Amino acid sequence: MARLLRWESVLVLLLVAVAVVGSVRTGGTFLSGGNLFYLGLDIAEIALIALPLTLVVVSGEIDLSVASVLGLSSALVGTLWNAGWALELILPVAVLAGALCGALNGLLVTRLGLPSLAVTIGTLALYRGLALVLLGDTAVADFPASFTQFGNTPIPGTRIPYPILLFALLAVGFAVLLHHSSFGRSTFAIGANPEAAWFSGIRVKRVKLILFVLTGAVAAVAGIVYTLRFSSARADNGNGLELAVVAAVLLGGVSIFGGKGTLGGVIAGVLLLGGLRNLLILDDVSTEVLTVVTGALLLAGVLIPRLLGSRYFPAGRKT
Amino acid sequence: MASERGAGARRLADRAGKVRELGILLALLLVVAGTAFSNPRFIEAQSVRDLLLNASIVALLAVGQTIVVITRNVDLSVGSVLGLAAFLTADAFAANHELPVAVGVGFGVVIGLACGAANGLVVALGRVPSLVVTLGTLYVFRGLDFALASGQQINAADLPGSLLALGSGRLLGVPNLVLITLIVVLAAWFYLRSYRSGRQLYAMGSNPDAAVLAGIPVPRRTFTAFAVSGAIAGLAGALWAARYGTVDAAAGTGLELQVVAAVVVGGVAIFGGSGTVLGAALGALLLSTIAGSLVVVGVPAFWQQAITGALLLAAISIDRLVALRLAAALRRTRNGGA
Repeated sequence: MARLLRWESVLVLLLVAVAVVGSVRTGGTFLSGGNLFYLGLDIAEIALIALPLTLVVVSGEIDLSVASVLGLSSALVGTLWNAGWALELILPVAVLAGALCGALNGLLVTRLGLPSLAVTIGTLALYRGLALVLLGDTAVADFPASFTQFGNTPIPGTRIPYPILLFALLAVGFAVLLHHSSFGRSTFAIGANPEAAWFSGIRVKRVKLILFVLTGAVAAVAGIVYTLRFSSARADNGNGLELAVVAAVLLGGVSIFGGKGTLGGVIAGVLLLGGLRNLLILDDVSTEVLTVVTGALLLAGVLIPRLLGSRYFPAGRKT
Repeated sequence: MASERGAGARRLADRAGKVRELGILLALLLVVAGTAFSNPRFIEAQSVRDLLLNASIVALLAVGQTIVVITRNVDLSVGSVLGLAAFLTADAFAANHELPVAVGVGFGVVIGLACGAANGLVVALGRVPSLVVTLGTLYVFRGLDFALASGQQINAADLPGSLLALGSGRLLGVPNLVLITLIVVLAAWFYLRSYRSGRQLYAMGSNPDAAVLAGIPVPRRTFTAFAVSGAIAGLAGALWAARYGTVDAAAGTGLELQVVAAVVVGGVAIFGGSGTVLGAALGALLLSTIAGSLVVVGVPAFWQQAITGALLLAAISIDRLVALRLAAALRRTRNGGA
């Protein structure tokens, strides 16, 4: 019974329901290889960023600047490409820039003790602003096909998009980090009770700083994926995507109060979000309705576990 | 002895608050003087009027946001509430030109109130962080706005002259919108400083657990704070329609960032418990003056968002350092008094 009540089990049931309803409504198209390929591409960036963000939220913090880091990374790729750099050099530089963005978030949170919410609302504006300063409202689109094919073609002989392969590799890495390492145990301990974690010798500030740096770096990777996928570097790429990522993480059963959550749940959350989006797109629903659905899923993600009982969110803890 | 100590602490907190507002005024003077030095037309009557007019809607939203932030919550949905209220109000006026202005504006307020009440209900009853709730409703309200507007745009030609006169009119040379904003600021300022329930909002923000123990009806006050913030955003939406005349579903998109920035720059602690609506309104004025000054001195518009973000970060960092010093000072006072 307890097992059935687990949020992750509920998610898997919902996923199955979406697959069944989707197949029936679309006459099988929903589960076809072609559609799943597009579903995979559609959620690529959300899925990538959700991985490190899960760890950040488990540690009791939040990062709302991820979509801006994605945009800044995209703008940086475009700017450096215009300046005549080689893509082999640009891509690691963009990831490094993302890590620096994350480091600034992390330093403001850990050194000054500022709430991550306020800090990352500030850097949400700052990083997006820097992207605009770099590229303005122009787009850079003349990337070589040898690179852009990684963004929008399947791995030869399969239906798997390259970004999803990248996601799978990172997911294994983050799962090991969160669930099978002392670093992961520290992350849970910090989220459950920062003072107790500090007294038991966990270097709270360092762990949080590392998590913010990782999130920035992965958000920059997502920026590269986005740029290659649409073969277009723009300052406003991924605008508003932070909502979808936060929604997926909370829908995946990670407690916004920190200390609770599983990466498996988050991956199920990402798939559920992606599946619903895909179903709505197949039904020709407007993007505005997609946004409403994403917002509603975010609310459901925090409210339902709350209403189900204190199993998921022990009462009395405050962010 | 206890009251003496309390009085000392209050004096200190008062002084810190005043210093913050003076700091914003000083920054404002510096920006204005610096810009006027490079272009004297910056301080002509008309451009000062424009500066005040540009700041008024954000200042209005900042008043509602302050009421929420001092309770240690945040309302990220204000831009969407403004958009929804602006469209529905404009739509009502377009459909009925005989609609009295006060009734139409009241309609906008009611729409905002409904949105705010929805936020407040979920936050107060669900005991879910307001950040998450209002991040969700930011998109839900905006999506609703798009669904209702379904691609249409309302133009000034569709609106009655009475509404447009409210937006462009002046009283004794001061734009109507600025006067309305001033009235709301003063009313909120008076309420927060002089009414018991107003003071209770501060108590909730500075120590939520103590507020519960002290018998403050925290859920009810939280609900009220969000409802008021929504109502003010609704009023701002109606005024937006009056001022710009052209309203589509995207009105006010991204405004929440400027509002949060204004509140924080205005010295309202993001941790709750301190700050004034006067400071928040001045913060809004400072931000819009800086934006206007950037245009005058020839900085490309693309820099604006980066500068808003940097200012927000600087403000919360300074705020944190001030709070730490104040806490240290309060400790000293306490030890001295004991």
